[in-house]
Amino acid sequence: MYRYDTIDKEFVADRANEFREQVGRRLAGEITEEQFKPIRLMNGLYLQLHAYMLRISIPYGTLNAAKLRKLAWIAKTYDRGYGHFTTRTNLQLHWIKLKDAPDILEHLAEVEMHAMQTSGNCIRNITADPYAGATSDELDDPRVWSEAIRQWATLHPEFSFLPRKFKIAVSASAKDRTATRIYDIGLAMRRGRNGELGFEVMVGGGLGRTPYLSHTIREFLPTRRLLSYLEAILRVYNRHGRRDNPWKARIKILVNQLGAEEFARQVEEEWAKSDHELVDLPDIELARIRGHFAKSFETLPARSEAFEAAKAADPEFARWTRHNLHPHKAPGYAIVDVSLKTPGLTPGDASSEQMELVADLAERYSLDEARVNYQQNLILPHVKLEDVPAVWRELKAAGLATPNIDLVTDIIACPGLDYCTLANARAIPIAQQIAERFADDEKAEEIGELKIKISGCINACGHHHVGHIGILGVDKKGEEFYQVTLGGSGAEDAALGTILGPALPYEKVAEAVEQLVEVYLRERKDGERFLDTFRRTGVAPFKEAVYADVH
Amino acid sequence: MPTYIKLTQDGLTTVEDPFTFVADDDQYIPPGDVILSLARFQTDGERLLSEGRAVGVRVTADETVESLAYDLPRLSVVALEFPKFRDGRQYSNGRLLRERYGYEGEVRAVGDVLREQAQFMLRCGIDAFEPADGSTPEAWAHAAGRFRHVYQRAADERVPAFVLRAERQ
Ligand code: HEM
Ligand code: SF4
Repeated sequence: MYRYDTIDKEFVADRANEFREQVGRRLAGEITEEQFKPIRLMNGLYLQLHAYMLRISIPYGTLNAAKLRKLAWIAKTYDRGYGHFTTRTNLQLHWIKLKDAPDILEHLAEVEMHAMQTSGNCIRNITADPYAGATSDELDDPRVWSEAIRQWATLHPEFSFLPRKFKIAVSASAKDRTATRIYDIGLAMRRGRNGELGFEVMVGGGLGRTPYLSHTIREFLPTRRLLSYLEAILRVYNRHGRRDNPWKARIKILVNQLGAEEFARQVEEEWAKSDHELVDLPDIELARIRGHFAKSFETLPARSEAFEAAKAADPEFARWTRHNLHPHKAPGYAIVDVSLKTPGLTPGDASSEQMELVADLAERYSLDEARVNYQQNLILPHVKLEDVPAVWRELKAAGLATPNIDLVTDIIACPGLDYCTLANARAIPIAQQIAERFADDEKAEEIGELKIKISGCINACGHHHVGHIGILGVDKKGEEFYQVTLGGSGAEDAALGTILGPALPYEKVAEAVEQLVEVYLRERKDGERFLDTFRRTGVAPFKEAVYADVH
Repeated sequence: MPTYIKLTQDGLTTVEDPFTFVADDDQYIPPGDVILSLARFQTDGERLLSEGRAVGVRVTADETVESLAYDLPRLSVVALEFPKFRDGRQYSNGRLLRERYGYEGEVRAVGDVLREQAQFMLRCGIDAFEPADGSTPEAWAHAAGRFRHVYQRAADERVPAFVLRAERQ
């Protein structure tokens, strides 16, 4: 993974010092909360329902043991012994004291981490394919480009006061594991006709109250021109994005008001006027960054007898491998998904002990790497097949071996009314109720891939628009109601969901999900996922089942 | 005479402001050096310049510096107005003035100008400041100098990390 050099280290140290001074001025009453707000937001510190929340940046979701242990220690020392991994692959601590925040930043800096640009109207943490560097279907390691973007975007002098927050995702595989279509900018690597690598540049995706999938404004941008092209997009947005209304300020609104073609024209015009060589990284720097991500794997047989024997001996282990293991590019290795979706618990939460365990496993079995993905799960990307049974046993002992990746209980849910000042309704208890109904692993496996996503309000932090089943909390005369959408997807077959019918009361939601699943099981044809069946049958049979008792 | 902070050969210092800002609804234009709105410059600028005065233009955040392109060589000051510190449009205007149009006169930040923005402003080619938070030149310099490194080129002379790294190899 990328390691800081002296420059990077001095940079985060300077940042921590700056923040210590700013907090000092606030605690001494030299500046008001109003003046302090933009400052703390630039360091990921939010004021929430109960306390300050600190959002720690995990660039492109990549961690090593030292970082994960430090996060565990911070959660234990300054919070309540757990943290929440988010859909932007950051870690949130919900019970932070202002006076501790500068110390926390200093501890983070020790392990080459920070909380910069995790909030505020700037370029936020970059998201990349969580299987980067491990999956066989990638054209290049997207983290090389993500790190280049991260550095370029860090305290960018021109783009630190954008109309609204700005999120970029990078993918380098045909399979889209980063939901690139719902980002302000999605970059998908493609190979050009002459073999050269480039990016398809997609702009203007986003969820919230006006959800949009992005538009492709350039089919092929040579990779080495990435930063100058991003600078052109950001400049057009910074100058022309709306600033009169925060709900209309995202780039998606600008792109859709101008039309994608006109927006693209303006970007190309701006890009043509700029001196690319001044902005784009020289090859030597790209090579330096790339070197950090190179990994060497042992030469192993593709098949591990020990692994096969363990599967044959233990059906529970075998089931877990069917869902939580993914193929690795190196023979004899596997990618291990660690589910943070134990039915009954809060999706995405991990205790300090669990983080420490995953850190140990990463160090012992996964070439000192762990990942976070936007489904709020963790990943051990480089595990030898022969070690998988041992890894599973340790995960299981820590309650981290739920065999449910991409299944009905692998639910994304935002904090909702339990933590969030903006919420209309609870999200976490709904996720828990649904998960409990499908807690039988066999049943969940029979249902197959089904992505449920829940947001407590229209801001869509839980990505409900792109859930196969999306659930949105709405307020009806002070009561919690939930609007259900079907058929959304954040993957390569991206789509926004269709509304099922009138919003449902709190008590009815989990039951309705069960009814939807029953319709699917009844209607499905060979090999169809829930999403495929829905796309074939349309909403009618589902609607009928859920609202039958209303007639 | 009112003062403001300016980047000079001696660093950031307090200097006296020879310019008077003329609001659009001011009937009377005082003698001496003046700063006008873009609209006022378009009607009165020519005449005032021909009187031998130094003239500056104050650009609002809604206005773009492209509309000044041909007049820039005649302007002593371009004042960029920040209606709210949160409004980042003027950073683009600053860079364009310096990097695209090669403007060498004073670029002054006016409006909601706070010291937390000092580094961003300097990097975008702004070299004069009317702080709204009462900052002294020392406070301004301190805020602007907090970071030993930068990661990207902009309108200033700072050398980005990727260049330093290549040189060290
Ligand atoms: C609990 C405190 C939180 C508050 C007050 C909050 C607030 C918001 C708001 C206001 C937006 C809409 C911004 C816009 O559209 O311009 C938003 C978007 C978003 N939030 Fe949160 N959020 C919170 C927590 C979270 C958490 C814990 C996650 C991750 C699990 C999250 C993930 C997101 C994502 C991915 C978006 C972007 C959706 C889009 O593309 O429009 N948020 N949030
Ligand atoms: S979706 Fe709404 S309720 Fe959920 S975290 Fe975001 S703002 Fe809060």
